Amino acid sequence: MNNNIEIVDARGLSCPQPVMLTSKAIKKLNKGAIEVLADSGVARDNVSRLGKNSGWAVTVEEQPEGSYRIVLKK
Amino acid sequence: MSTILRFLTSRWGPIITGTVVGVLAPVLVMLGNPGNMGICVVCFTRDIAGALGLQRAGTVQYIRPEIIGFVLGALVAALAFKEFKPRTGSAPLVRFLLGMFAVFGALVFLGCPWRAYLRLAGGDWNAIFGILGLVAGIGLGIVFLRMGFSLGRSRPAPKAVGWVMPAIMVTLLVFLIVAPQFGRDANGNPTGPIFFSTTGPGSQHAPLLISLAVGLFIGFLAQRSRFCTVGAVRDMIMLKDSHLLNGVIALIVVAFITNFALGQFHPGFASQPVAQTNEWWNFGGMALAGLAFTLAGGCPGRQLFLAGEGDGDSAMFVGGMLVGAGFAHNFSIASSAAGPSAFGPITVIVGLVICVIIGLTMREAVATAKA
Repeated sequence: MNNNIEIVDARGLSCPQPVMLTSKAIKKLNKGAIEVLADSGVARDNVSRLGKNSGWAVTVEEQPEGSYRIVLKK
Repeated sequence: MSTILRFLTSRWGPIITGTVVGVLAPVLVMLGNPGNMGICVVCFTRDIAGALGLQRAGTVQYIRPEIIGFVLGALVAALAFKEFKPRTGSAPLVRFLLGMFAVFGALVFLGCPWRAYLRLAGGDWNAIFGILGLVAGIGLGIVFLRMGFSLGRSRPAPKAVGWVMPAIMVTLLVFLIVAPQFGRDANGNPTGPIFFSTTGPGSQHAPLLISLAVGLFIGFLAQRSRFCTVGAVRDMIMLKDSHLLNGVIALIVVAFITNFALGQFHPGFASQPVAQTNEWWNFGGMALAGLAFTLAGGCPGRQLFLAGEGDGDSAMFVGGMLVGAGFAHNFSIASSAAGPSAFGPITVIVGLVICVIIGLTMREAVATAKA
């Protein structure tokens, strides 16, 4: 088990804030898991791209109400 | 087909969109749009403001189908890919103000970021100062973003909210086709309510259906690829991410090649179409525009695409652009070929001060909780 889990709630935020918050979490954590909550396709794509480019494994789950849960792991 | 559509959300998406704009914008000029103005979101919004009588500069009045197409094309893409998500509540009035000041700045330069790149690709070297100003404005915006600037969160809204801007665009299309006229004044001039220029840039336009089709196509592509002419520079400076910038570079390179092939490349500073040569205010105007666009989250095209996705806050920004475009001519802010107008420079300074105040004061405590 890894206790390094950071939750970033980026719902309702416009560009580029979801990516900025995720980037901050990446710098803070170095390794572990980051769970990003987003509600737009743009934020989902941008956060996923940032995660992959930074060497994290990225999984995206669409939530029933139409938002996204993006999990970055390293 | 689905492979192509998937391609649009990959790193090739912005490049494909930029390439399409780079070909079609010069073609629109060949078909009748003003020089180096195949696409200019701000100029076209200004023309629409003129057509609606919000400003009465007789040479810049036309309902530009490209703008209608941008919103409706993005709407179609958003509906097709389940991204039509009506939302609002992120400081709409501040966004309205940012839309106004973005237009003031852009009309001092005489073009939005889209046209700045297209002017460069047509050999208008005045665009260099505009683009430098744009980068400076975006840089200043990034400083505020790093300091924690935020316009706050939007919230999901009823479906009807998302349909308002598309409905306005359909109404504009009806006005364009029907062009209602209530009569003429004593001098024989039309009294409106819809005005179309008979001389000047407003009278120059490609055929309606072609302009509309190009707008729809670009709107569709840009919604999928997230194409943004301001985000391109912002992401490169702030995140070292060239994803969007590749699209802008593709736009400039392809537009240059297309202009060259069509005999529309005319290098120089003087006598460029719908341009002025004052380098200081070309820089200053676009610095204001770059700052306002960055604080609002994207370029004017992007605001239209977002409005097509149901974003009521971007729709407010577009509303600000439309009203601002009216003011820009009524208050002698927009430049002419002769240079900056009487109140252009002071408006840029006031606009910068107001945008800096917005940049310094808009904050949100964002939750980043440790689980």
